[in-house]
Amino acid sequence: MNAKKGDWVRIYKIVLESYERGANLPEDTKNVPLEMWDKGFLLDEKAAIGNEVSVETIIGRKITGELIEINPSYKISYGDCVTETLYIGKQLRDMLGGEYDEK
Amino acid sequence: MMKSNSYNDVMARKNEIMKSAVGIDYNMFESGSIAFDYEKMMIEAGYSLGEIIKIQIDQSVGNTPIIELKNFTKLSRRLAPEGKGARIFIKDEATNPSGSFKARRAAVSAYHAKKLGYKGVIAATSGNYGAAVASQAAMLGLKCIIVQECYDSNGKGQPEIIEKARKCEAFGAEVVQLTVGPELFYEFLKLLESTGYFNASLYTPFGIAGVETLGYEISQQFKAKEGRNPDVVVCTNAGGGNLTGTARGLIKADATETQVVGASVNLKGLHMASDSQFNRKSFTTGHTGFGIPFSTYPDRSDVPRSAGRPLRYMDRYVTVNQGEVFYITEALAQIEGLERGPAGNTSLTAAFSLAQEMDQDKIILVQETEYTGAGKHLQPQLGFAKSMGVEIIVGDPKDEKCGENIVLPEHPRLIKAIDLDMDKLRRSYIKNAVKDALNITDVDIKFLAEDARTDKAFVKESIELLNRRI
Repeated sequence: MNAKKGDWVRIYKIVLESYERGANLPEDTKNVPLEMWDKGFLLDEKAAIGNEVSVETIIGRKITGELIEINPSYKISYGDCVTETLYIGKQLRDMLGGEYDEK
Repeated sequence: MMKSNSYNDVMARKNEIMKSAVGIDYNMFESGSIAFDYEKMMIEAGYSLGEIIKIQIDQSVGNTPIIELKNFTKLSRRLAPEGKGARIFIKDEATNPSGSFKARRAAVSAYHAKKLGYKGVIAATSGNYGAAVASQAAMLGLKCIIVQECYDSNGKGQPEIIEKARKCEAFGAEVVQLTVGPELFYEFLKLLESTGYFNASLYTPFGIAGVETLGYEISQQFKAKEGRNPDVVVCTNAGGGNLTGTARGLIKADATETQVVGASVNLKGLHMASDSQFNRKSFTTGHTGFGIPFSTYPDRSDVPRSAGRPLRYMDRYVTVNQGEVFYITEALAQIEGLERGPAGNTSLTAAFSLAQEMDQDKIILVQETEYTGAGKHLQPQLGFAKSMGVEIIVGDPKDEKCGENIVLPEHPRLIKAIDLDMDKLRRSYIKNAVKDALNITDVDIKFLAEDARTDKAFVKESIELLNRRI
């Protein structure tokens, strides 16, 4: 899929390669780069996913990075059903008694 | 000439960048050694309580309702020894514009930034503070950038943090998302330098003074409602500002008899800067990974001197487990009809346990709640934990192993707030404070005693244990 100038896109960039990272990091963190994601309106005439592009962020900063998503959406929800919590309400209502009257 | 943006060069410019981004010359308050004049900093760099109340009223922040949790009280009395079970109340801070008490801090920071003529504000936070700054910036017409630690190296993000990014963007902010690591500070400094925006740090005098109204309101509201102050106020503790500001507000309302208890989620064993452990925790704030280091070394923050100094004000500091907080979050919805975010219920979980130690005529108040929604809710947070290989068990919370499992208590009697050793925290604070000092003066001893809420003899003894001379 291609993006055209003005499209709302998400970009990706490596801020620090692993060898450029700060001192005193745990090994697992030290072995990977510091990565960044941001969003903006595409400034290039057109671009494909994976291209290096320029964007203007929502507050007007001009930055560059790799185009990774066009019209980016939020992938959050209420998740899968977690059945493990279903006992809680029932247990507490039973403890409090019918209509929560003092017994 | 273009300035170099290499990691080392940017970090070397830290002090000059911060000075122009916060507008405070911290040298004014320094003694030259360990001690600094905390109260002078709070007065000269901050605002009076009256000014802050006015700013917050103008920006629709504060005056949140206090709700008595009658069914929580009833439940805790069923579990408590005869005659025990204090009345439990919460201050519903979720009703603030951005859905948490952080609106109080953001209101003052944004107001101050605008007054000084800054065009925008920047904050480094994965928590509710981002949404609070973005909301206040929207109200005052300031630009806003929020820098988040959000993903692990597989690009997996905590649903709670992604929801907060969404909320920031809903208020018109730019959100810069990063993978795990303390070099977030490097990116933050580059952004401050290149934009010239204000650093809406959580730890400036205005950020902390913004919370004083919370403590003050508690006292005012309780005097009107119950004719007296609450006996205990429980504050979720991470960076220390919530507890510090609330306690200072209580003192300003003359509620000096009220005990202030800090509460954090126990994340023992998880390293906060570890890429592989980042997504093995289910709480992104309000936990011991921030709470303990910021209590024992407050000046580790993003300003030279933190205005959040929790040890100064804490009577007790307790921890609760992740599974216990999730249970209480579900309980709040199921028996009180209030759906609120899990992290904000850390102090409620502690209060449920602490109430059972107190007589029935006593009052315990939980001083915050936070909003909830997709991603920031026990279902997606527990679902995410499962997808990361963390086991969800129903059993005894004592068996919870951070990063390996989350234990939902099989019965509410198993919910227990665990006390941290305050003297151990004080010794650790003193050790950090004297670490880089060339010599330790009498003024320093007095300061350390005040800052750790202890006496000079304890400070001297702790220093001697470190084999340091005074």
